[in-house]
Amino acid sequence: MILKNNYSKTFSLIVGVLLLLLCMGISIVYGYANTSIQTTYESFIHFNNSNEHIIIQNVRIPRALIASCVGASLAITGVLMQTLTKNPLASPGILGINAGAGFAVVFAMIFFHISGLQSFAWIAFLGAAIAALSVYAISFSGRDAVTPVKITLAGAAISALFASFTQGLLATNEAELEQVLFWLAGSVQGRKLEILLSVLPYLIIGWIAAIVISPKMNILALGDDVARGLGLRLGLMKILVGLIVIFLAGGAVAIAGPIGFIGIVVPHFARKFVGTDHRWLIPMAALLGGILLLLADVAARYIIMPQEVPVGVMTAMIGTPFFIYLARKGGKK
Amino acid sequence: MKNVKTIRLFQQKISFLLDVQAMKKLLVISFLTLAVFFLSASFGDSFINPLKVLQTIFGQGSDFDRLIIIDFRMPRIFIAMFAGMALAVAGAVLQGIIKNPLASPDIIGISAGGGAAVVGFLAIFSDSNHSLTVSIEWMPLAGFIGATVVGFFVYLFAWKDGVTPNRLVLIGISVSALMQAITTMLMIIGPIYQASEANKWITGSVKSADWNQVQIVVPLILILLLVTFFITRQLNVQELGDDTAAGLGQSVQKTRLYLILLCCCLVASAISFAGAIGFVGLMAPHIARRIVGSSFGVLVPTSAAIGALLVMIADIIGRTAFSPLEVPAGVFTAAIGAPYFIYLLFRNPNK
Amino acid sequence: MTESLLTKSLTLSYGDSNIIEDLNLSIPLNEITVLIGANGCGKSTLLRSIARLLKPKKGSVLLDGEDIFKLSTKQVAKNLSILPQAPVAPEGLTVLQLVKQGRFPYQSWRQQWTEKDEEIVLNALKATGTDHLQDRPVDELSGGQRQRAWIAMTLAQDTDIILLDEPTTYLDLTHQIEVLDLLFELNQQQKRTIIMVLHDINLACRYADHIITVRDRGVYRQGKPEEIMTTELVSHVFDLECQMTSDPIFGTPLCIPYGKGRNIS
Repeated sequence: MILKNNYSKTFSLIVGVLLLLLCMGISIVYGYANTSIQTTYESFIHFNNSNEHIIIQNVRIPRALIASCVGASLAITGVLMQTLTKNPLASPGILGINAGAGFAVVFAMIFFHISGLQSFAWIAFLGAAIAALSVYAISFSGRDAVTPVKITLAGAAISALFASFTQGLLATNEAELEQVLFWLAGSVQGRKLEILLSVLPYLIIGWIAAIVISPKMNILALGDDVARGLGLRLGLMKILVGLIVIFLAGGAVAIAGPIGFIGIVVPHFARKFVGTDHRWLIPMAALLGGILLLLADVAARYIIMPQEVPVGVMTAMIGTPFFIYLARKGGKK
Repeated sequence: MKNVKTIRLFQQKISFLLDVQAMKKLLVISFLTLAVFFLSASFGDSFINPLKVLQTIFGQGSDFDRLIIIDFRMPRIFIAMFAGMALAVAGAVLQGIIKNPLASPDIIGISAGGGAAVVGFLAIFSDSNHSLTVSIEWMPLAGFIGATVVGFFVYLFAWKDGVTPNRLVLIGISVSALMQAITTMLMIIGPIYQASEANKWITGSVKSADWNQVQIVVPLILILLLVTFFITRQLNVQELGDDTAAGLGQSVQKTRLYLILLCCCLVASAISFAGAIGFVGLMAPHIARRIVGSSFGVLVPTSAAIGALLVMIADIIGRTAFSPLEVPAGVFTAAIGAPYFIYLLFRNPNK
Repeated sequence: MTESLLTKSLTLSYGDSNIIEDLNLSIPLNEITVLIGANGCGKSTLLRSIARLLKPKKGSVLLDGEDIFKLSTKQVAKNLSILPQAPVAPEGLTVLQLVKQGRFPYQSWRQQWTEKDEEIVLNALKATGTDHLQDRPVDELSGGQRQRAWIAMTLAQDTDIILLDEPTTYLDLTHQIEVLDLLFELNQQQKRTIIMVLHDINLACRYADHIITVRDRGVYRQGKPEEIMTTELVSHVFDLECQMTSDPIFGTPLCIPYGKGRNIS
């Protein structure tokens, strides 16, 4: 790790917070409609119903807040999943969360004719939870305990299953495809503040819980046998982590749809800076996740202006080269 | 040595050791596959008596029956069968290289690359009226090119003093995700019929099969299967591990390149006409292994037969179960495949 | 019949650091040679290079005067066979199927089972005592049986020289002796040259005709165990203080390390 002692780590967290705020600012100010810092400031002080002010208040600020919260949540779940499954390339997606959410939304749309982002949110949450619980159930049954490999594989299976069903449903229902396509790609655009606020309590619970268990995560990282030997209640711990992941990743996908790669890549960066002590790692990852998603979102606005690329696609495009780099760096294996 | 039969011809210019039991099982399965091949022509919007089906195929039978069986159903059954064979064999080959029984061609990005190319094709060759400027018959070629190009790049990225199985898998997965993201993006930006068309392809469907396609697919896949036959003994050695293989005198990296190339071509051929049907490359070799063991000489044909069975049956179900709606075969290969995947986890708790 | 196996100015490296530097070594033929040394000293690296698995940074490995990296892998495979560390057999592969693979360098796509192949494979199974196991899956055998099956494969390869990288490391004592006894017999009866890396100094002394100690990027001393194994050598090569005595059964050098433990003498 680059930062070795507690002072530099604390300092870096502070820098992280400042960077996050800066990125939020950038996200608010820059975009298709021309605004400036001045205008932003004024929209708070002297709101005058002009187009710019409306855009800033109702579109940009919610978007920036959502991106920060979603990015942070995804990054935290990435850290938790990677430690839980001892797989440095794990992410919330592997618990089938994204796929389960997608399937639930499509299913609801087609069979219950539900539409609208707010409703999508709760259905997505439900789908994510069901997928994650099935994965856990599968891993817990069978002949022996929940091993990291089992979780990974069960997740891959559930993901693929839901993804196929989703595709199948869409293949036979063209109209719904149009409605849901954008959502399925993952985006922070077009969401109202209300959506964020309704899910926020769950996110906050998740964040606090993650920070509270971070010392225990350090022990979990040593391996099941060692952890048990040190007195950690392994089964309970794993269930707890699962719940936190459901809250955070489920909440994230509920708001923004499935967004990938943040959960995989951000923990690696965070680890580079502050090492593997989860008490520093989790906050750092949260900050970096928020920053990354904010920046990706800004980029998504500019790349094919005036159209917007869904941020989920953006993260895939940025994330893949990094992932390839990580995989190659893995050394002689 | 029991259960084996030695075959030596032409003063030992040709010599083989055959596993008799395995061959018997292969014969039974091949017979089953053939039976399903003929039977599937009976199923569809209307059920046609199998006897009538046979009559029609051999020249007799009414014009109407001929229309349904020969013009509509047979092409798609052919494509289902050959796509199934190609995907299964590709899966067997890949599992030999990656030495992980959970490896499948879907994960190294080939299928996803094909998907992106297909959507790209639809996006590029559309005019402002949202209709295709070139015939949709070129779409399979786009899929084929996309699949092979992406496969090539995945191999390239995974190459660092040679290609290790782990790197191949990891990079394949991420490139696959990237391709899927690009596909989604193209689907969003473009008009909706494109997205729908592309989505059908991605799920995997043989609905739009016709005899032109069959004429291309069948010889292509047969040639590739023949190549695989010649390469099986190299596969057996690859499976023993890089060091052992080198110690036995194999040019490990060169052989691996050829095998991956073969795999790419097999998958690309299958998916360009049948769409990205998933799980076949995973399930078929597995089931085959449980029946005939690990020697590739007999594993490859058995996987092919089982792959053909899987896709044909999935297509039958897709055509009949939700009549008159047609559900793409890919949905059912997933519906069978994912639970099977999970079942594998129960059987091998420490894998 | 192989006449000579030697290295010439051999330098091996991983990345930037040299593991073996400028080594000139001649391996005695028709004998059992054991490479010993501390962890990470380069003995496995050296073995792998001789096996044509690791390309030298400089210098060469010469088989009958020819650089093995200039020869094709198939050519070399007819003279050298290797059993790598902890080999893994594919799921469900039977012993017979595994041993058959040993004939790979001599076969082609149309000739996969000549009479000679059959004879050699059957002899290999017999020599390793695995013929009653031939239809059983390799992954179901015990550690010792599994190693014997792999050794049978190298025997089927019918090479003058067999290289083994830590063939006994994951085995319990019974199976260690089982495998080493087999190798000893193969050398005695078939005069095959055996070169292996072992961790256990005492077993090395018991079975080896020739010991090569690897240290400081090269060879420290080599020769007959009873001639070179001294407390001074063990101290230098392993950083271990010991007392050398004679094995009460075989008379070969026996190393007893100093340290803690119940002293009841």
